[in-house]
Amino acid sequence: MTDISVDWTSPAIGERIKKRHRADLWLKGGGMAALGFALLMLFILVSSLVSTGADAFRQTHVTLDFEVTEARVAADDIFRGNFRAIVNDAIEARFPEVTSRAEKRLLTNIPSNGAQTALRDAVIADPSLIGRTVTLTVPVSDPYDQMMKGLIKRDTPEANRRLKDNEIAWFDQLQAAGQVSKPINWALLRSADSRFPELAGLKGALWGSFYALLVCFLISFPVGIAAAVYLEEFAPKNRLTDIIEININNLAAVPSVVFGLLALAVFIGWFGMPRSAPLVGGLTLSLMTLPTIIIATRAALKGVPPSIREAALGVGASKHQVVLTHVLPLAMPGILTGTIIGLAQALGETAPLLLIGMNAFITAAPDSLFQPATALPTQIFIWADSPERGFVSRTSAAILVLLTFLIAMNAIAVILRRRLEKRW
Amino acid sequence: MESQAVTDIQTTDTVAAPTGRNAPAEKVKIDAEAVNVHYGDTHAIKDVSIGILDKTVTAFIGPSGCGKSTFLRCLNRMNDTIDICRVTGDILLDGKDIYDPQIDPVQLRARVGMVFQKPNPFPKSIYDNVSYGPRIHGLANNKAELDEIVETSLRRAAIWNEVKDRLDAPGTGLSGGQQQRLCIARAIATQPEVLLMDEPCSALDPIATAQVEDLINELRETYAVVIVTHSMQQAARVSQKTAFFHLGVMPEYDDTEKIFSSPSDRRTQDYITGRFG
Repeated sequence: MTDISVDWTSPAIGERIKKRHRADLWLKGGGMAALGFALLMLFILVSSLVSTGADAFRQTHVTLDFEVTEARVAADDIFRGNFRAIVNDAIEARFPEVTSRAEKRLLTNIPSNGAQTALRDAVIADPSLIGRTVTLTVPVSDPYDQMMKGLIKRDTPEANRRLKDNEIAWFDQLQAAGQVSKPINWALLRSADSRFPELAGLKGALWGSFYALLVCFLISFPVGIAAAVYLEEFAPKNRLTDIIEININNLAAVPSVVFGLLALAVFIGWFGMPRSAPLVGGLTLSLMTLPTIIIATRAALKGVPPSIREAALGVGASKHQVVLTHVLPLAMPGILTGTIIGLAQALGETAPLLLIGMNAFITAAPDSLFQPATALPTQIFIWADSPERGFVSRTSAAILVLLTFLIAMNAIAVILRRRLEKRW
Repeated sequence: MESQAVTDIQTTDTVAAPTGRNAPAEKVKIDAEAVNVHYGDTHAIKDVSIGILDKTVTAFIGPSGCGKSTFLRCLNRMNDTIDICRVTGDILLDGKDIYDPQIDPVQLRARVGMVFQKPNPFPKSIYDNVSYGPRIHGLANNKAELDEIVETSLRRAAIWNEVKDRLDAPGTGLSGGQQQRLCIARAIATQPEVLLMDEPCSALDPIATAQVEDLINELRETYAVVIVTHSMQQAARVSQKTAFFHLGVMPEYDDTEKIFSSPSDRRTQDYITGRFG
């Protein structure tokens, strides 16, 4: 038997220890570098969105005097009134020096198409306005809005510019007279989609997403928890349950477009549900959220210490009492976190909604689960696809709105977990 | 009147447990015959037969992995919750087979209470911890009766004076020893006939251990108490009967005094003299 003698002060051992410390530093440094890279990417993403999207949160408006004459609007049929003509009259009256027909037509391009709608709504709300002059602030059309935001540059040669010199001159006159303003663009949240970027908003998409998520939650939350409780607490461990478990895990990894095709075939094809409806969207999303919730719930149930189950069983609690009064409440923070993360994923999901037609052009917000609607991500898709320049900034703005909702949902998940978590 | 009980407990530790002295009126509460337990392919308990006496503390001792906890958990069918566990043989409680299909394990566990190794109060209030069992079994007709059961159980578990002013406080906020006594109160709140204790003091400090041991001595007046312990001193202090387990068999079961003074089996002697285990 040989004694192993160690000289802890030998240079070889000292070198070895230094080497190990260096390796520690490398590991730590690598982690920090990775984190820094991730944060940098996030910063670039958000800052580019903010820089392009910020424009969309303001909209150029022009204040004009509209003469609502009885010749144009009949008191007994306001809805059919010729508001377009009133708007054209108003802008032509503002520039009496413009006389040529071609120039007059250009003039009428200054107020947005939404001006006549705004005027009509005002008169419907207060029919006594007929026969009087109404001063209203209405959105300007997209090119003028772009110019105000510096996206159409005055130093571009006139031939390459969307607004000609005379158009710019008229607008400058309006501006000099204090008739141009740039208020916060509430229409972005209050209006539904539109062909005209200056009028387009997210209301329809927000309601569509809300309804779809509501359906998704109402289905996937109870079904997911019930399935997870059965698998975790009741199911025997055998081949069949193994296969089910593997399939659930695989389901969570199935590309979402496949769920979209499935929904198209089953919900719309067989069951004849309405196309583009949030109901179908919610059902489709719940297919995708279910595996997430089941997996999260099972993990949360596994995390409940066995001592609590034993304690309950030991005083003679039956299985459902153990599960309902002890295990589930303790697992709830984890379940809710998983659910909200699943819903947040569903909120951002685009591909399956495209397949069931939630990318249609719909200019009214849905009143129910059955009416056609878009959702936030599909609205972004539609806008990103639109050629008008005004939609560039609106796309970024819509992404910012979507991100805000996602952050809010994740914050709720964190708060719920903190609130409900119990120590044992 | 009630504080009397508490002082009683404090004085009993000087008396020490009446080890060895044959307890009077010996009545077999649990009669196990040729019990075998399999965990999958592992034969964990081999042909164990034992008669556990009423109003007596019976200690199960033996080296780790010898099957004493497994056997204990057969007595209230806690092993049912493990899929791969299979129990054969007869275990009779007051002459009735507890593995009879007509016996409901849920009800059995109310009659055969259990206290676990690690104190495991529910993350609920002290009151809810104790009242849970009586509530689910419908033992109280109204709130007043439930209050009474809770108070009696906490008094019997010698913890009433420490918690009576904070019954709404969470049970998990108590100290380890208090938690274990709370768990004992929870177990006796369902009015069991037998109390199983699986190393109830292994997670406690010596002072808390002494309190729980005093309490076990008290509980013997009412229940058949079965305690699994790693500490031979504890077995000697609290029990009147001792069963020695070794590798799934039970070589010896006798009066505690006899086991610790003149064991008849060689393996028992080796164990208690510290040759293995």
